[in-house]
Amino acid sequence: MISKRIVLHFPRDLVSEPTISRLVKKYDLECNILRANITPRQVGIMVLGLKGGNKQYKDAIVYLKSLNITVQPLSQDVTWNEDLCTDCGACVTICPTEALTKDPNTQKVRFDKDACIGCELCIPACPMGAMEVHF
Amino acid sequence: MSKTIAEINDKIKKGKAVVVTVEELIGLVEEKGVSKSAQTVDVVTTGTMGPMCSSGAYFNIGQPKPKIKLGGGKAYLNDIPVYTGLAAGDFFIGAGALPDSDPRNKIYPGKFAYGGGHAIEDLVAGQDLRFTATAYGTDCYPRKELSTWLSIRDMNEAVLFNPRNIYQNYNVAVNLSDRVIYTYMGILKPNLGNANYCSAGQLSPLLKDPGFLTIGIGTRVFLGGGVGYIAWWGTQHNTSVKTNRNGVPTAPAGTAALIGDLKQMSPEWLKGASFTGYGATMVVGVGVPIPILNEEICRHAALPDEKLSTRIVDYGRDYPQGRMRDLGTVNYAQLKSGTIRVRDKQVPTASLSSYPRAIKIASILKSWIEEGRFFLTERVGEFPGPGSGYSYHPLKERPIT
Repeated sequence: MISKRIVLHFPRDLVSEPTISRLVKKYDLECNILRANITPRQVGIMVLGLKGGNKQYKDAIVYLKSLNITVQPLSQDVTWNEDLCTDCGACVTICPTEALTKDPNTQKVRFDKDACIGCELCIPACPMGAMEVHF
Repeated sequence: MSKTIAEINDKIKKGKAVVVTVEELIGLVEEKGVSKSAQTVDVVTTGTMGPMCSSGAYFNIGQPKPKIKLGGGKAYLNDIPVYTGLAAGDFFIGAGALPDSDPRNKIYPGKFAYGGGHAIEDLVAGQDLRFTATAYGTDCYPRKELSTWLSIRDMNEAVLFNPRNIYQNYNVAVNLSDRVIYTYMGILKPNLGNANYCSAGQLSPLLKDPGFLTIGIGTRVFLGGGVGYIAWWGTQHNTSVKTNRNGVPTAPAGTAALIGDLKQMSPEWLKGASFTGYGATMVVGVGVPIPILNEEICRHAALPDEKLSTRIVDYGRDYPQGRMRDLGTVNYAQLKSGTIRVRDKQVPTASLSSYPRAIKIASILKSWIEEGRFFLTERVGEFPGPGSGYSYHPLKERPIT
């Protein structure tokens, strides 16, 4: 079993291929679309949670890459720059998945990368510019 | 038993002063009571670090050859317009200043990525900034243009001067409207989606001396990582607000104007900040020592988060219109727990003031005093205190027809 969150970049001309449907039917993967912005004639981006068998997951990635879709792990995308963070907490009520929380004892900010869905809501919420997005 | 500041300074000199942070004092008072603690402890250190928009700095650049009169001309530091209504070689930059080219909220909500606070932080970090000026030229100051790199080392004086810092208490901001709003209290989600507060609570300097019994004009403080002074009471200083049974204001009240040598400061404790949709500002770290001269001072300084409370204000409709509707009172222990109850709804809370940084400031100030590097000052003037009638009032417009 494997459970991963990935970021897909769709090429401009890929519109006719029912990608997600194939991932479900052919590769028997559970798909959770966390974010998607796909418009014809534009580079599309999708944040996708995938769950399923190890082999099926590997084959699915090969399939996606064969369509010229680039695949990145999500954890690379939103980063918390601890050096810039002052532990104020302006982000914690804005983050919808509790990836950003405060330690109730120390009042320090914590970032749980695994819980991050890359929605980027924390970016404008941080006055110090400590949340960075890299696509 | 009471002590004097001179006695405490004598102990500091001999390395015998008992200095504790507020957190340590709270523990001590719980264990031994106010009376014993007041006898034992000489100084308690406070701390706070949050966005403080009414901050800025003034400089003297030293004259180039030929000379230029900045006064009455125009000048920019990293494209940020600075105030030049002073003498030939002086200028002032405010934390909220923005480059002319910043689109502000034309593209809503604006980002305000670089403002006066960021420029001050860059100067403190030792960076070279672009300084450009135009002047009208006089017989004694003939130069009309100047364009040069400028660092803090180039300046004769670089002085942080903040007209309003370290608010004694602050609002909890919520949003009762049905759209997201972008405020100086952060992003507020509609229909009570979140509640943002901005105070270090039990560590906050002016909350620990609510009657201004020790803090006043001339008080030496930790400012931005260096040593500063309280220059005056701050703008919007208000002594006419509700207090709780301990005599502590339960709404924004007193403020202080702070001054200090920017050259001593560090970017760790002075940071430019950008509030989406609102503007640029500066996060300032401040610590104030409170001499424990008597039991009353000790009792107030030891009040924990549970006994310090503040009011909840709607920033969706009430605040912008200058209406004051009471949405309730909460204490800082409730705020720090992560959720509060407002109008029968559990609302998640977040702070704009950094409590971990406040702790660090209080402990740095403590070590400065313990090491005999920082002595307490006798204040030279008092703040208008509770009962003085000194208060904030809104503007009564008198339209010009």
